[in-house]
Amino acid sequence: MKLEGKKRIWSEYQKEIADDHYYYARSCIRQNFFPASETIFLRIMQQELGKDIKDDARHTTCTGIAYHSDLVPFDTTMTVVARLFSLMTEAGYENYAPSCITSFGLYSEILETWEHHPEIEARVREHLWKSTRREFKKPKNLAHASDIVYKFRHRIAEKGKYRLVNHKTGEPLKVVEHIGCHYSRMFPHKGVGGAEYPYVLVGMIEAWGGEVVDYPERRHCCGFGFRQYLVKSNRGYSISSSRKKFESMEPFKPDMIITNCPGCPYFLDRWQYAISEMEGKTYGENGNGIPVLTYEETAGLVMGYDPWDLGFQMHQVSVEPLLDKIGVPYDPYAKYLGVNGKFIGTPEHPEVLKVY
Amino acid sequence: MKNVIVIGGGVAGMESSAQLADMGYQVTLVEKESKLGGHVDQWDFLFPNHRPAREIIDSLKQRLNYKVEVKLGTEVESMQRNNGQYAVKLNSTEVLHADALLLASGFDLFPAQKKEEYGYGIYNHVITAADLEEIFRSGNLRKVVSGNTHRIGIVHCVGSRDEKVGNEYCSKVCCVTGVKQAIRLREALPEYEVFNFYMDLRMFGRYFEDLYREAQEKWGVQFVRGRVSEASEDVKGNVVVKVEDTLAGRPMKISLDLLILLTGFIPSKGTSRLGDLLQLEFGSDRFLKPADEHLLRNHSKLEGVFLAGACTGPRSIAETITDARAAVLEIAAFFRDKVTVHE
Repeated sequence: MKLEGKKRIWSEYQKEIADDHYYYARSCIRQNFFPASETIFLRIMQQELGKDIKDDARHTTCTGIAYHSDLVPFDTTMTVVARLFSLMTEAGYENYAPSCITSFGLYSEILETWEHHPEIEARVREHLWKSTRREFKKPKNLAHASDIVYKFRHRIAEKGKYRLVNHKTGEPLKVVEHIGCHYSRMFPHKGVGGAEYPYVLVGMIEAWGGEVVDYPERRHCCGFGFRQYLVKSNRGYSISSSRKKFESMEPFKPDMIITNCPGCPYFLDRWQYAISEMEGKTYGENGNGIPVLTYEETAGLVMGYDPWDLGFQMHQVSVEPLLDKIGVPYDPYAKYLGVNGKFIGTPEHPEVLKVY
Repeated sequence: MKNVIVIGGGVAGMESSAQLADMGYQVTLVEKESKLGGHVDQWDFLFPNHRPAREIIDSLKQRLNYKVEVKLGTEVESMQRNNGQYAVKLNSTEVLHADALLLASGFDLFPAQKKEEYGYGIYNHVITAADLEEIFRSGNLRKVVSGNTHRIGIVHCVGSRDEKVGNEYCSKVCCVTGVKQAIRLREALPEYEVFNFYMDLRMFGRYFEDLYREAQEKWGVQFVRGRVSEASEDVKGNVVVKVEDTLAGRPMKISLDLLILLTGFIPSKGTSRLGDLLQLEFGSDRFLKPADEHLLRNHSKLEGVFLAGACTGPRSIAETITDARAAVLEIAAFFRDKVTVHE
């Protein structure tokens, strides 16, 4: 592997990322799957970096999942997105920062469509006006939340307590990065690093001390693939996609996986359990799985936040072996205490995959 | 005596310069590189008869001896027409005068790194056909292959017939080059399997089809109809490629010791620059456009400016030599008749 070759490509795909004043659009599903991620992002942005970021309770789905599942037509999707832009305009912001990769891809697709077809934009403006009496300005800057963390990765490293390094050996942790399909595959220039060798997560891993693993199935889908999972009879495709990735990354002995998409960490995390039950196979060391973290959770880990405030107790694959490697202290007895300090119960332990 | 300036010292420029000098014209050959020979000078053996490329270059150089003034390491900075003559200013500040100009500025190879998904310049064992020729010449082939998989892949149409990179044209010679290189690999590394991944094979030239049959029947080269979608590197450093076998109707994933990219032709930077300097027309493929695609293939739209070789599109060596000779006859006719090409 020649790093210079990748650096040349990375230098060709740089994008403008606003420095402050963001309108944050949460994901439909992330608060259920990895509930602390978005909260951690806001905490880092507001409390650690002193940025102005609007978390607006009025916004809705962008319809992305339904759109990509052929359930919602494009005109409806564009009108819903136009309403979201109108909320941003009303709140006095110009920089739109979605949490979800599918949303980011969809916003990019819509803005590109409007640029090439102003008549469609005019039609959507009319739809929005007729249905809500709302108007909007298009965002001046569209950056996915992972772009923003990438932008401030060195400041996070400076402020952080921990690095992605094995504290016993001093060796960098081997980190698999998985990028959501809709981040840059449709519009390579809208993603940091382009489509084939995206840099957005690589940049974070490098800045935080880890070593990136490039493995043959790096570009392969996580397994969500919308209808691969949403249609129950297709779920074999979903788990086989995830399995293909695990089999491919296993020889590199990764310490962790970092993702920037709502669906990817969910499927890469949960399917490790399902595969262990179906095939008796685990992909980490000593019967453990490979911990799967969102980039916000990883940033929070670097910052030194309490692991249970990062929501690691909601992961299927236990994160404790990773915490031990980095040297992050944690109270195992506090793992299943709710925010009110009361015990919320321990989930049933699987038979093959080790959980703590 | 009439003067001709030939710009470009590859096969087309060398052949036309020698022919023009033989016909009694005063010829100056201007080449930006420090030596003559162009791309062919980098090649090892040629299709379809495995002839050493060196023979062609040596023969052409020999014919230039003493008859043609050769200016190496020299670039044209500007060209102006005054009183039926062209004043050509060189980067050496020298100004030459000519009654006719012959552009033989050729092609560049498509930069393989633009097909990012193939990982050229990133993965250690992804090379181009031109790199392979250099390896053949150096005799280091065995040092380049790791011996992990005993398989080598050759990808056709890299940067040709590809809307994604904006090159919709066929580069003509890559198919037969892939067949030639596959045979050479099997000769040199008999324990290796060689796979050619192709869209369709365009064996247009004499003996090309024979070479294709020989590759299959004598050398067991495997031809897989399908485009490689991506390459990556496994933990041992092997190249892993994904390709759809469209005849078998199923996807393939295969690990290789070496992946060779058959990069196509693009207009050389020199061709584009000379065309801009003279305000010549370009085709949709961005190569120079002749005055007439059938009848005046070596004429530009400008009186006294002629075209030869791959500056007007991809060509084999044999075609380039024929084209260079045709251009020489057109120049001779121009001097004889002073034929004017009207726009």
